[in-house]
Amino acid sequence: MNRRSVLAGAALIGLAPPAAQAGQCAQTQRGSGDLGIVIERASGSILIVETTGRSVLARVEGLGDLSHAAAVFSPCERYAYVFGRDGGLTKVDLLDARIVNRVIQAGNSIGGALSDDGRLIVASNYTPGGIRVLDAGNLTQLANIPAIGANGRESKVVGLVDLPGRRFVYSLYDCDEIWIADFSRSMTPELTKFTNIGRSPYDGNVTGDARHYLAGLFGEDGFAHIDLWEDHPAATRVFEGYNSGRDRQAIYKMPHLEGWGQTGATLVVPAAGQHEALTLDLNTMKEVGRTQLHGQPVFCVARPDGREIWINFAHPLNDTVQVLDTHLGRIVHTFAPGPAVLHLEFTPKGGEIWISVRDANRIDIYDVRSRTKIADIPARSPSGIMFSARAHRLRS
Amino acid sequence: MSRLSKAVATALTIMPSTVAVAESRPALISLVRQDCGSCHGMTLKGGLGASLLPDALAGKDANSVSSIILDGIPGTPMPPWRGLLTEADARWIAEQLKAGFPQ
Ligand code: HEC
Repeated sequence: MNRRSVLAGAALIGLAPPAAQAGQCAQTQRGSGDLGIVIERASGSILIVETTGRSVLARVEGLGDLSHAAAVFSPCERYAYVFGRDGGLTKVDLLDARIVNRVIQAGNSIGGALSDDGRLIVASNYTPGGIRVLDAGNLTQLANIPAIGANGRESKVVGLVDLPGRRFVYSLYDCDEIWIADFSRSMTPELTKFTNIGRSPYDGNVTGDARHYLAGLFGEDGFAHIDLWEDHPAATRVFEGYNSGRDRQAIYKMPHLEGWGQTGATLVVPAAGQHEALTLDLNTMKEVGRTQLHGQPVFCVARPDGREIWINFAHPLNDTVQVLDTHLGRIVHTFAPGPAVLHLEFTPKGGEIWISVRDANRIDIYDVRSRTKIADIPARSPSGIMFSARAHRLRS
Repeated sequence: MSRLSKAVATALTIMPSTVAVAESRPALISLVRQDCGSCHGMTLKGGLGASLLPDALAGKDANSVSSIILDGIPGTPMPPWRGLLTEADARWIAEQLKAGFPQ
């Protein structure tokens, strides 16, 4: 795709950079804790947005193929690292609204994570499979860890998340394994491999206490689970057989575990192939409930306090959002923001939720308590919305 | 996209074969780029699903590509699109994929 590098790719489309907009005086400084980005998936661009005034500050172009884009933020909340489908990794300065560096680190990538100390950027790749570790400062490659499983196959890597202590955990889609890579000692990581975790893990995530890693399984009915607090962790199965006795429906969009509904000691995840969300008791690791939904869920995103989970859906029922009240244990609100709701992001304390409505070319902003729409922002085919406050959150 | 929703709704409620293919083409292009793209990449060069570029499909004729689209590949995430797409739609998509899919 677009390989224009350093600076050349950044463009401001009739919008002033944040520093200039922040006040009369161009020198005015501003913080970055209320900033965020919106991925414009069709045009390889992002919007830099701010949640205080609910506005767009700038558009930055030249980020390549963003059809499956993910981003993480530096600990200072000034830089966003955007991972593109084309293997591109772009470091964007949110305050100056420009690309400070861009590399093509692989041929096909789906996401990444940043080490707890903010120094190592790890990309999870499809082609070639495996992970690449880059210096978060200058994006030079520090390590290349192929993912070749016990079955001898090279794997696509999914469900990569960071763990405290310069560690990362991820799943091998083609090898049915979960690996932990520990970079605390050197750039040749200590690898812990869990084999036979269940067939075809498609995504994974970890709870906010960095304790429970779960990977959704496509090839069978259930999720793989690892308790990372154990001295000798083992992979077990949870939600086993949740489809048994009924047909699994065709899936037109893979469910995602990012943002999953963790609330106290329970965890709500999207079922694969059912119009359901599944609830797990994290103390017993047993399924304790299922909630019937409007369609096949894609994201089950917990409000930061955990009381509510806002859910979007797969094609062709993707114009709707439902709200699950975790205290009452039922759906309390259903509404249709518009065609192709792709992503949801709460402001850090959960007062507002921003919703991307791809085919309306719009970001809708809702007041969470009254559930009323309070603003919208034009965007081109928006997908992911990510706020800089993610930099300081353990779970992804 | 409202055209796509309409096309899909029509396909679901009325006889699928009554949807005029020509009429739904912009919607089909968008469906392939966006919704096939969520697994195959918007440039169709592959993601969780295989590459759908002409090179990658060179070994398959339009008929077999079209039946993969309609019936999916059991045991993999490739879903059957029968019910959402007509046979004529699938055939058109298959031919366009093999020729190089329009933007
Ligand atoms: C939910 C994910 C998903 C979606 C959505 C999806 N596919 Fe697929 N598709 C796959 C996967 C995974 C494979 C590879 C299966 C395998 O392992 O053989 C595949 C394989 C294929 C193949 C066979 C490729 C080959 O070389 O054998 C074709 C053709 C295809 N898909 C077309 C489409 C079209 C057209 C659409 C949209 C109408 C679509 N797919 C939507 C996941 C998906």
